[in-house]
This record gives sequence, structure tokens and C-alpha cells, in this order.
Amino acid sequence: MNESRFHSVRLDREKCMGCTNCLKRCPTEAIRVRGGRAHIIDERCIDCGECIRVCDHHAKYAQTDPLSVIEQFKYKIALPAPSLYGQFKRQISREQILEGLLRIGFDDVYEVAAGADIVTRALRENMRSLTPDRYPVISSACPVIVRLIRVRFPELISHIADVRQPMEVAAMVARSEFCKKNRVDPKDVGCFFITPCAAKVTAIRNPMTITHSALDGAISMIEIYGLLASRMKNLNFHVGRTTSTAYGVGWANSGGEASAVCPENSMAVDGIENVIRVLEEIENNKLRNLMFFEGAACTGGCVGGPLTFENNYVARNAIRALMGGCDQTHPDAAVESSYLNKYHLYTDRSVTPNSVMKLDDDLVEAMRKMEEMEAIVRKLPGYDCGSCGSPTCRTFAEDIVRGYCTQMDCIHILKDQLKIMAQKMVELAKTTRE
Amino acid sequence: MAERLYRDSYEVQASAYESAGDASASIKRKLKQMGVDSTILRRIAVASYEAELNLIIHSQGGQLVMEMTPEEIRLISRDVGPGIADIDQALQEGFSTASEEARDLGFGAGMGLPNMKRNADSFDISSKLGEGTTIHMGFRIA
Repeated sequence: MNESRFHSVRLDREKCMGCTNCLKRCPTEAIRVRGGRAHIIDERCIDCGECIRVCDHHAKYAQTDPLSVIEQFKYKIALPAPSLYGQFKRQISREQILEGLLRIGFDDVYEVAAGADIVTRALRENMRSLTPDRYPVISSACPVIVRLIRVRFPELISHIADVRQPMEVAAMVARSEFCKKNRVDPKDVGCFFITPCAAKVTAIRNPMTITHSALDGAISMIEIYGLLASRMKNLNFHVGRTTSTAYGVGWANSGGEASAVCPENSMAVDGIENVIRVLEEIENNKLRNLMFFEGAACTGGCVGGPLTFENNYVARNAIRALMGGCDQTHPDAAVESSYLNKYHLYTDRSVTPNSVMKLDDDLVEAMRKMEEMEAIVRKLPGYDCGSCGSPTCRTFAEDIVRGYCTQMDCIHILKDQLKIMAQKMVELAKTTRE
Repeated sequence: MAERLYRDSYEVQASAYESAGDASASIKRKLKQMGVDSTILRRIAVASYEAELNLIIHSQGGQLVMEMTPEEIRLISRDVGPGIADIDQALQEGFSTASEEARDLGFGAGMGLPNMKRNADSFDISSKLGEGTTIHMGFRIA
């Protein structure tokens, strides 16, 4: 498959009933139901995973790497997202979780929370040198938000932070330190992210802000959950592998990043519909004094990812409790400044707008199509029922203008037409009898 | 051949705070769909939002109209209302006659008209006391 078109979010056609649950919830109107089955429009999908969450038939799923993929490498490093720490009901330490990861087949572990610490310091340094028009800086940690901006808010692209995501930084550091310590070839080392969501999988295979990902794959949290929990039993010792601060761990929750990066003047919003509303405000210059914006597609932040096991509110609390026992030093002091020079922490690719929502490349033609679309909208009932297979009457009109369907696909218009036809037939029958 | 013109019009009710921003959001969405350049679009978004809010806060109801040709986008705000006594004063940043109610809701910072003027390529305002106010804004797109 063409990597630039890669999406983690997929449809299992066998399981799809052709209902309208996913259709109505997609924030980029990327789903259509055609021929009784849902269909994801690749160019529009931002891998948020909303459809995975709402599908009662489990027809939507995230394509992740199976655990066996790590066997392709001689040495394997696990990079757990901080949200993994919130997945266990009983009091389990980070050390136990990291030890558990070693026991399921990894040679080393490196906390993405430690990567978040480095990113925190780098972002703070970087933000000092930015021109006023770059504010508010928008976090790039949630790949869904970056993709959302490409599709729906292209004018905000210049606000996206220039620093790589914590998982990328963690992978660079983990690989480099492992190779140095064990004198091995970097090519023999595989770095695997333990992911709470589909979007990170896509961000690794098809990155937006960087040319190449430092990661070799992503393994779903929920997939290894059972195995990991079983291997963590009877673990009483502490391996002393944790290096992250409470701030880094806090990135798992909504608000964790914002309070680490810019406690002075930041805003954290979770849930994609809420993020869209606030991005509209930023676009309207309503938040011009804000310095940092953290948006998380999932409710609660990464702990609410579609590939997590624990309820997001429970997990959020577990993270908070765990933070209490962590090193409270701010990353400004906890992260050595050598990290800032030694590793390439900045993004090396500019995000390009995604013009898939445009009606036409030619402005005059686009104006004509808009008029045509509006004329169609006026004829439609406005129920937004989704029976036609498009999420709203407006999108349906757009689909007609784009040539993907016809007005008769609307069951209400069809019903009216049938009524007229039936009347005509009655009249016809009468006239022939006479 | 007559110049192609696209026209979009919204009725805005006085004190309709619950739907504040709906008209400008719709204008913004349509312009995005028609592929208007994003930097111009952001200026129009700001100006149309301010115009819509002014109709809600200050007028007894009015109309927000967007007209588009391949060369230019025009925003026209027309209202029935008290009118503006001193336009020069109203154009100063920070000057506001917003009601207590509007201020309680966080509006009335006195940036509405200045923001419209700053973001538009052309700006024209006329007002008659006791009758209403009309604002014409132009944005060059080609």
C-alpha cells in the first residue's frame, strides 16, 4: 500500500451493517454509506478513531502491528506511552510495568514520558524565540489535531509547534543510548511504541511533521494488555528504569502537556468536537493573548484513546495518583541541556494544507458548484437522517454536485416522486377506462 | 457576459447570543469550500464575526450579506437600530457603548469596528441616528 495514503483506521466490510452511527460522528465527514456498507474516504480521514468508538458492530478497527513484529529485529525496545501507566486497577508502579514489558519479549524499555520531559524543555526554549504571529502555539502531540488542522483549519498550520512528538524523541534517545551501551548497530534495533490510539500508528507510517519516523512500529495497548498483566504478577522488586518526572507522566491526561509547557498562559481542550470549537475561536482571533494550546482528540487526553483498556476517567485518576509519587522537578531542571543539542528535536517538514474539502480548484467553477449545491439543499428536507448515506443534507448536496450520487438517493425526495407517479398512474388508468 | 456573482445572506436577530457566530461560521465554511486563500479567509472570518456580533449587541436586528466575485469578496452589514453618534470615536480601539448585559457576557471590548477596518482592504461605514448603520467591507482575492 502507498504509505502516503496509509490509514490505521479500517473497515471490516463483513461486520458493517450500513447503519449511520459512524457516519454521523465523523468530524471530517469522511464516511459514506454506499451499497449498504460504510466507506472511508482516505483523503479526508484523520484517524481520530471516533468511528471505532461508536460502532456497535465493531466493524471499525485500528490496524496496528502484532507483537510478533518485534521478532524482525535482533534487539527490541518498548516505548510505552504514559497512558499505559493508568491502565491497571491495583496499585502498580511504573517499574513493575516496565519490567513486565521486558518479560513479554523486549530487551529494553524507554519511557515516552521521559521523551515528553525533553519535549517540554525544548518547546519552552523554542517558544521564547517565536514571532508574535506564531501564537498561540498549537501542540503537535496529538496527530489527529495536526491532521484536523490540515483539513479544516489550514490557516492555523503556522501555529503548529516545531518540536517533534514525545514518542519520536523517546525513540531517538532510546536507540542511541542502547547502541552506545551495548555496542550494537542501530539497524539491528527496533523501537516499538505501545500505543493508546490509531492516530499514532498512522503518524509513524505516514508522518506529517517529519520526513521519517524513528519508530519501527506500534503495538496496541489493548492487544498486549492481558499478556502484560499476567507477566506483571509477583513482581515485587524495582528495576530502577524510570527516568521521567511527574510532568512527563502527566502528558497522559488532558492538560498535562499544557501545564508542563506553559503553566503561565495555556489552554487544554479534549474531545475532538470541543477542539474544533476552540480552533474556530483561534481562527477568529478571539484568543489572541493565548500562548499555548493543547488539543487532544480523545476525551480525557491519551488515557481516552480508542486502544486503551481502562475507563478514561478511572485511568485519569490513576495517572494523577501515580504523578504524586514521581520526581516533581520541572523538566527545565530535570532534563540536561545536552539533550537539546545532541538530538534533532525539531520537525523537518512543513505541514501542507489538505484541500480535499474544496469543491473545485478553479474559483469560478467552485462558485458555480456552491450555487448548485445550495439550490439542491433548498429542495432537501433538512432532516440530516443519513438514509442517503451522506452524513447531512448539506454533504449529500455536495456529493451530488461532485457527481457521486443523485437526488433520488434521498428517500424523502424519492417518496414524493413516487407519490406523484402513483397519482399520474391513477389518472392514466381513469383516462384509459373511459 | 455578466460577471459571476455569488451571494449569501443571513438575518441576524438582536440579542440572539445563543446563535452568535453562526452566520460568520457559515460564511467561513462556504468560503473554505470555494477554496479562498487561507490568509484572506482568516481576515474575513474575523471581520464577519465582529460584524455579526455588532448586529446582536447593538442593533434591533439586521442582515449580514456576503457577495463574491472572482476578484473580490464583499461583506455588507445592514441594521435597523440606534445608529452611531460619532463614527470617528466608534472607530477608536477600546471605545464601546455595549450594554451591561453584553459586557457581562464578555463582549464590548471596543474592538469590533477597529478589527473590521483593520482586516478589510476597503471599509466604508454610514450611519443615521435613530435609523441604523450600514457597513461595506471589501477583500481583494485576485
